[in-house]
Amino acid sequence: MSDPVIQVAELSFGWDGATLLQGASFEVERGSIFVILGASGCGKSTMLRYLVGLDEPGGGRILVDGLPPGQGDSGRPRFGVMFQTGALIGSLTVGENVALPLQEWTDLPPDAVGGIVSAKLRLVGLQKAEDQLPSELSGGMRKRAGIARAMALEPDLIFLDEPSSGLDPVTGVEFDELILALNGQLGLTFVVVTHDLESIFKIGQRCIMLDRESQSIIARGDPRVLRDTSTDPRVHSFFNRTRPEVAT
Amino acid sequence: MPPAFTIAHVQTSADQGELRIGGRLTLADAGPLWTELRRLETSAAKGQALDFEMSAVERIDGAAMALLASLRAELHRRGVKSEFVAAGERVQRIIHLYGGDNVVARLRRRRPLRTLDQLGRATVAALHELKLVLAFFGQMVVSGAGIARSPRSANWRELPSTMERSGADALPIVVVINFLVGLAMAFQAAEQLARFGANILVADLIGISVTRELGPLMTAIVICGRSGAAFAAELGSMEVNGEIDALHTMGIGPMRYLVLPRTLALILVMPMLTVLADLAGVLGGMIVGVWSLDLTVLGYLHQTARVVTIWDVSSGLVKSVVFALAISLIACQQGLSASGGAEDVGRRTTSAVVVTLFALILIDAVATVLFRLAGQ
Ligand SMILES: Nc1ncnc2c1ncn2[C@@H]1O[C@H](COP(=O)(O)OP(=O)(O)OP(=O)(O)O)[C@@H](O)[C@H]1O
Ligand SMILES: [Mg+2]
Repeated sequence: MSDPVIQVAELSFGWDGATLLQGASFEVERGSIFVILGASGCGKSTMLRYLVGLDEPGGGRILVDGLPPGQGDSGRPRFGVMFQTGALIGSLTVGENVALPLQEWTDLPPDAVGGIVSAKLRLVGLQKAEDQLPSELSGGMRKRAGIARAMALEPDLIFLDEPSSGLDPVTGVEFDELILALNGQLGLTFVVVTHDLESIFKIGQRCIMLDRESQSIIARGDPRVLRDTSTDPRVHSFFNRTRPEVAT
Repeated sequence: MPPAFTIAHVQTSADQGELRIGGRLTLADAGPLWTELRRLETSAAKGQALDFEMSAVERIDGAAMALLASLRAELHRRGVKSEFVAAGERVQRIIHLYGGDNVVARLRRRRPLRTLDQLGRATVAALHELKLVLAFFGQMVVSGAGIARSPRSANWRELPSTMERSGADALPIVVVINFLVGLAMAFQAAEQLARFGANILVADLIGISVTRELGPLMTAIVICGRSGAAFAAELGSMEVNGEIDALHTMGIGPMRYLVLPRTLALILVMPMLTVLADLAGVLGGMIVGVWSLDLTVLGYLHQTARVVTIWDVSSGLVKSVVFALAISLIACQQGLSASGGAEDVGRRTTSAVVVTLFALILIDAVATVLFRLAGQ
C-alpha cells in the first residue's frame, strides 16, 4: 500500500538555456527518509526550490499532500525547510529566528513560545546560543539553528539541504540519530539532500540520484542495495568513491 | 635580475613555427614571460601552426603553465594550430593538469551592439523596471488592505525602531540643511529686495517657497539618501543571503513583514520632519532679515504668519507623504530584486537612490502643476 506525501511528475527545469533535469518523476512515501543525491552542481538545491514552492519549474507537476507546494492552509507553511547555508534572518537572534514562525502562526503567549524555542534548540545542541546573532555563529551552528527553525511549527514533512556538510563527524552522527529518532518515533517524513555517504547509508531509506550529463534520474531505490548491486558505472563510482572509468 | 627563462621563435617551415621555451618558468617572471609570448605569437597567422617546444624546460609552476595554456587556447580560437611538444614527463603532467592538451571549444562571437540597438535595449529595460515598480505598488496595496482587515497580522515590532532610525536620527541633518537653504535663499533675495525698498517681502518669499516647495523636497532628498539607501541595502542583502526565501517557506510574505512597516514608518515621520524643516527654513530667512534687512524678529514672524496660509503648509505635507511612499516603494523594490551577490546589492542601492531622486523631482513638478490647476 502506498501513501505518497510528495508526487512529482515529468519535472523539468534549468537555468537560462542550460537544462538540468528533464521529465523526472518520483514519489516520496509518507513516514520515510528520502535522499536526493548527485554530484555537486547537478541541481539538487535547485530541485528543492521547486519542491518547496519557491519557484515554478519549467515543466511538470509537483503535489505535496495533493496540493501544489505553494498553496493551502491560508499561507500557513505545511512543511519545514532548512537551506544549505541556514538562511537565518540576520537581524534576529537565534532564539528569535526559531520563534518567528511560532509568533506568526500560533496564538501562544510569549513564555510558551520561549519554552518551545529552548526545547528545539536543545534538540540540536544550541541551547547556549539562543541569544546570539547569526553572524556570531559558525557555519555548522547556523545550519543547526536552521533545522531548529524548520521544526518549529511541528511539521510532519521536513526538507533538509545538506544537513551534515560543515558539521564535525561527531555532531554529524548525532544529527543522523536525531533524524532517525524523529522519523521513527514521531513518524516525520524527511527529504534530505546530501553527499555524505556515511549519512546516506545510515538514514536513507529511498533515494534518487540526479545526473547532469543525461539530465535525468539515473538511479532510484534503497541506497545500500544500489551500492552493492548497481551496474551503472556512474552510480557505482558515486557510492564507492571511485573515479568513473571514462570511455574514450 | 634577468628572467630565468628563455624563449626563441623558430620558423621550421613556411607555415609551421615553434616557440622554444627553456629554463625556469615561474610566477616571479610571469610579467616578462607574458610580454615575450605576446610579442612572438603574432608571427603566426590563421591556418598556420605554432607549437610550444618544451624540452628545455627545467621547471614550470602553475601560473606560468596557465599563461601558456591560455595562449594556446587563444591561438586555437584564432585558427592557429598549437600544441605542447617534447615535454618531459613531469612537465607533461602539469600540462595535462592545466588542460594544455584539451580540445579547445570555439567561442561564438557576439556582434557588438550598435548605438541604436543599445538605446532600444535601454528603453525597453527602463520601461520594464517601471512596470515592476508599479506591480510592486499593486502588491503593496493588496497587502496593506489585508492588514487593514486584520491588524494583528502586521509586523508592528519593527515600526518603532524604523521610525527612530528614519525620523529621530535624521532630525539634525534635516534641520541644518533646511536652515541653510532658507539662509542662502534669503541672502540671494536680500540685495534685490533692498534695492526696491521691499525688505519685508523676504518673509513672504521664504515663507511660501519653504513651506510649499523646499521644505518637503529637501527633507525627501535627505531621507532618500539615508533611509532609501538603507532599505535597499538591507532588503538586498537579505535577498542574496536567501533570507527572503526562508521567510517565504515560513509563510511570511516579505511585503507584509518587511516592506509595509518600513513604508508606514516613513509615511509617519516624513510630515513631522517636514514641519520642523519648514520652521528651520523660516528661521534661516529670519536671521538674514534681521541681520541685513533691518527687520525685527516680531515683524518678520508677523509677516510670515500673515502670508503663509494653512494650504501652503498642508500642500507641502501632502507632498511629503507621497514622497515617503515613493522613497520606500522604490528602495524596497530595488532591494528585493537583488540577485547574485554583494556587488548586486551595491548596484541596487545606487539605482534605488538615483531612481528615487528622479521620481521625487518628477512628483514635485506634477504636484505643483496640479495644485496650481486646483486654483491655489
Ligand atoms: N541563480 C542561478 N542562476 C543561474 N544558474 C544557477 C543559479 N543557481 C544555480 N545555478 C546553476 O544550477 C546548477 C545547479 O545548482 P544547484 O545549486 O542546484 O546544485 P547542487 O546540486 O545543489 O550542488 P551542491 O551539491 O554543490 O550544493 C549549477 O550548475 C549552477 O551553476
Ligand atoms: Mg546544493
